Amino acid sequence: MAAIEPMNQFMIHKLVPLPPIEVPGLGTLDLSISNSVAFMLVSAGLIALFFLAAARRQVVPGRMQALAETLYVMVDGSLTGAVIGDRGRPFLPFVFTLFLLIAVMNLIGLAPGGFSVTAQLAVTATLAIMTFLTVIVVGFVRNGLGFFKLFWPPGVIWPLAVFIGFFEFVSFMIRPMTLAMRLFGNMIGGHVVMYMFASFVVGLGLFGLHGGLASLGFLGSGVSFAMVVALMALEFIVAFLQAFVFAALTCVYLNEVVNLDHGH
Amino acid sequence: MDVTAAKYIGAGLAMTGLIGAGAGLGILFGGYLQAAIRNPAAAAGERVWLFLGMALAESMGIFGFVMGFIILFVKV
Repeated sequence: MAAIEPMNQFMIHKLVPLPPIEVPGLGTLDLSISNSVAFMLVSAGLIALFFLAAARRQVVPGRMQALAETLYVMVDGSLTGAVIGDRGRPFLPFVFTLFLLIAVMNLIGLAPGGFSVTAQLAVTATLAIMTFLTVIVVGFVRNGLGFFKLFWPPGVIWPLAVFIGFFEFVSFMIRPMTLAMRLFGNMIGGHVVMYMFASFVVGLGLFGLHGGLASLGFLGSGVSFAMVVALMALEFIVAFLQAFVFAALTCVYLNEVVNLDHGH
Repeated sequence: MDVTAAKYIGAGLAMTGLIGAGAGLGILFGGYLQAAIRNPAAAAGERVWLFLGMALAESMGIFGFVMGFIILFVKV
């Protein structure tokens, strides 16, 4: 019987090996097309195709256009509009792109034979650091050095304000880590749990073949199979929800720097 | 004690972080449902904050989970 190795599904292997490239200042970079890169390209291609199909701009929308409009209105209305307000409009493309890319990468990992790109910490960390740097740049551009007011609680005596400000600063700096870990942990957790229950289906079924009292194993196998189906449904919700949460947290972080002196 | 045994025990102990995440999520959704049933008209507008709170409460559990994985799979 094959060994049960839940982490093997996250292994990266090269599909198209390319020669490593020397970049001055960065060292040697391996730009081979791995399965992770391939599935990222597929996700990006799917999104591009989706928008090509959806961009008919008819007055009475077809199915694709209706779906695209629903997603767009959801991000515009309940994320940038509700969280940041009117000043959030310029950030709508960024947030919408993040949301769509993460959602498609999560969902493609659930397809049979799919590779879950968002279960790689490198991918989620890149997205999180990009968001973090965007927040810092927007903060300095909009507020100048007033950006540091973000850490200064108003209406508090100064010894306490220094103390609170320190913790505000720490919680600000830890944000990219929490963003990356949340998406990574959710994806890897869901896939490992599904793998474990799927291995129970096979393992208990084989055990049930011994006959006698061991045929109770078939019962456990059936229960595990029902569990896999239920987990699959849950994972579809989680895949969508985590993309939504990532976009929503991006909005909350942007809101703090965009509406710094207005208290939205 | 054997290092491998200690690793497994540590990974199991790291999972206790999920107790807090579970309790927090229960309180969160319970509170949201109570409020939503009392005032259904206002429920839709607060759903973003519900999911945000869910993400924040859940992230603590996820940290415990990731710690468990680091203990198990990272070679030192």
